[in-house]
Amino acid sequence: MAKITFLEAIQQAQAEELERDPRVFMMGEDIRCNVFGTTTGFVERFGEERIRDTPISENGFIGAAGGAAMVGMRPIVDATLSSFLYPAMDQICSIIAKSRYIYGGQAKLPLVLRSCMFYGNSNAAQHSDRPYPMFMNMPGLKIICPSDAADMKGLLKSAIRDDDPVMSFEDGTCWMNKAEVPDDPDFLIPIGKGDIKREGTDITVVAIAGGVNVALKAAKQLAGEGISLEVIDPRTLVPLDRDLILRSVRKTGRAICVDPANRTCSAASEIAATIVEEAFEALRAPVVRITTPDTHLPFSPLIEKPLYPSVERIVSAARRLVGAVEFQSA
Amino acid sequence: MTAIGDNDRRLEKYRRMQRIRQFETKAESIHAAGEIPGALHTYAGMEASGVGACMALRDDDYMVGTHRSHGHPIAKGSTLRPLMAELLGKATGVCKGKGGSMHLSDFAMGSLGETSIVGSGGPVAAGAALGAKLQGLDRVALCFFGDGASSEGAIHEGMNLAAVWKLPAIFVCENNRFGMSTPTSAAVAGVNVADRAHGYGIPGVIVDGQDVDAVEEAVREAVDRARAGKGPTLIETKTYRYRDHAVNMGRDLTPRGPEHDDWVARDPITLYRARLLADGVAEGDLDAIDAAIAEEVTDSLNFARESAYPVFEEAFDHVFVDRLPIPDDVLAHA
Ligand SMILES: Cc1ncc(C[n+]2csc(CCOP(=O)(O)OP(=O)(O)O)c2C)c(N)n1
Ligand SMILES: [Mg+2]
Repeated sequence: MAKITFLEAIQQAQAEELERDPRVFMMGEDIRCNVFGTTTGFVERFGEERIRDTPISENGFIGAAGGAAMVGMRPIVDATLSSFLYPAMDQICSIIAKSRYIYGGQAKLPLVLRSCMFYGNSNAAQHSDRPYPMFMNMPGLKIICPSDAADMKGLLKSAIRDDDPVMSFEDGTCWMNKAEVPDDPDFLIPIGKGDIKREGTDITVVAIAGGVNVALKAAKQLAGEGISLEVIDPRTLVPLDRDLILRSVRKTGRAICVDPANRTCSAASEIAATIVEEAFEALRAPVVRITTPDTHLPFSPLIEKPLYPSVERIVSAARRLVGAVEFQSA
Repeated sequence: MTAIGDNDRRLEKYRRMQRIRQFETKAESIHAAGEIPGALHTYAGMEASGVGACMALRDDDYMVGTHRSHGHPIAKGSTLRPLMAELLGKATGVCKGKGGSMHLSDFAMGSLGETSIVGSGGPVAAGAALGAKLQGLDRVALCFFGDGASSEGAIHEGMNLAAVWKLPAIFVCENNRFGMSTPTSAAVAGVNVADRAHGYGIPGVIVDGQDVDAVEEAVREAVDRARAGKGPTLIETKTYRYRDHAVNMGRDLTPRGPEHDDWVARDPITLYRARLLADGVAEGDLDAIDAAIAEEVTDSLNFARESAYPVFEEAFDHVFVDRLPIPDDVLAHA
């Protein structure tokens, strides 16, 4: 066990799996120069054949990861920012997500497509996306979006060993968070299993990616007022750990879904719908979504920051849900 | 070589290059001090490429640019106040604080965007050229893109469309030798980006990107061709980026070699100043331009500093024609 950051967890997971399996290799723009610290020492250790800088051509190298995977390699692609996935929508959605299905199970695509969601830093609309919900709507892509270093490491290792394509959405607001992370080379967190980050009794808060840390702060603050939040991190969006979420809601009778993505068809929307369909009888109040509203992200910092889910928004929603203030639908 | 153009045009080229350089020198220093949020990609070293190209355009011609967006609008003739205000995220900015450093786009000057998704401007330029043609206008559309961007499918698709439909487009690849940490030679197959023109059956031209007259001449020829209905041209300006990919990031990731000094020794503004002096332009006239621009930059910064930030409701403007409704819980905590 050692206390490491989220970024160091990514570095460790990749290094261990590159070490373990010669079929694993990495591709991405400017990965050799190690801009973010996730490929430290890789070129020296694994060589330039396995640590490949690519031209700026996402549809090309992301699609090539699919082709390499079909013939038995296990590529890890670092797409840098999630916004740069869009030029590769063709290969991701038409080839990577569908080849296993369309060819009746003949094609295997064990690849990992990593990207960082780099929002909240005045990078304007073309660089600030949190686009996992778009890919949740595309069958055939597993999706992980952990919020702490240990989960990041264990899930990324599972993703690299998984025989299906896995997209890893890494929240930039979590990069510097530190946690105790096992150094056992077989430390794995199963894809599809959520985690209760804080136990509570009054309201279930299902939070996604960086939203988890915001929810935990809100929970701490509300504990002082006698409102007890149970904070659940699904960690994986596809497949989603519905049982864990529903069990918690059946206990608390109330739910808030916190999601840094845009509201419409967000992960929060899917989770809220699941709760309403499956645990309606347990609900004592409407299910609330706290998301980024359906606007783009502006450059100007004072108007960007308030758009994301915040402690204040969670706190006031929680107060309303437990009846501390009159309920009005948001 | 004698400088091209009548005296006014020659001085205007010098003025626009100086304006870019001084604007960015100021921007870089206030960015270091934390006054400009986000990333700042400067154009220093590349001024002749943008100014030469834009001096061959009319005001009503179209232009699409990149994340390295400060040079293009100034080269096309934009004034500094709305650009500096945009860098500071103010409501008086050219994009009302929505775009910032990567998006200094002045539509009043024919810009159709400075887009920060690498390569994404290619189809826009082809489409603008198509629109101009369909409307019977004799306008052209010029697309600036980087050596790195030349690897994107969108650039290829834009050029192919423009070529197959003989559209009035000019594709200017500003080859500054690097895409972030990647040397052009590691990303571009073949020797020159311009060589790809042969594949489209269009002219491919390589030009000294540090020589503002040479760039202007090459682009003018392409513009004449485009206006005459003969289709697009691909021009590669061989140039150099002086500063980090983005400035004030801590470490320069650019793998520079000994040729760095040779490039800096061929600074486009110094070169052009020497040419003008050799042509008989009075040194005092050039000094007066430098001093006037210093004042313009100071004025633009004062204007930007005194301007208000956008109010929160403006975050919901411009997604559509009409302002979006603002969710109560978001407004309550803004
Ligand atoms: C589609 C896409 N991929 C990656 C990036 C990240 N990125 C921004 S600028 C840049 C390098 C661009 O190189 P080049 O086209 O040569 O332009 P230069 O920065 O040299 O002006 C990269 C990789 C991006 N903005 N968009
Ligand atoms: Mg470049």
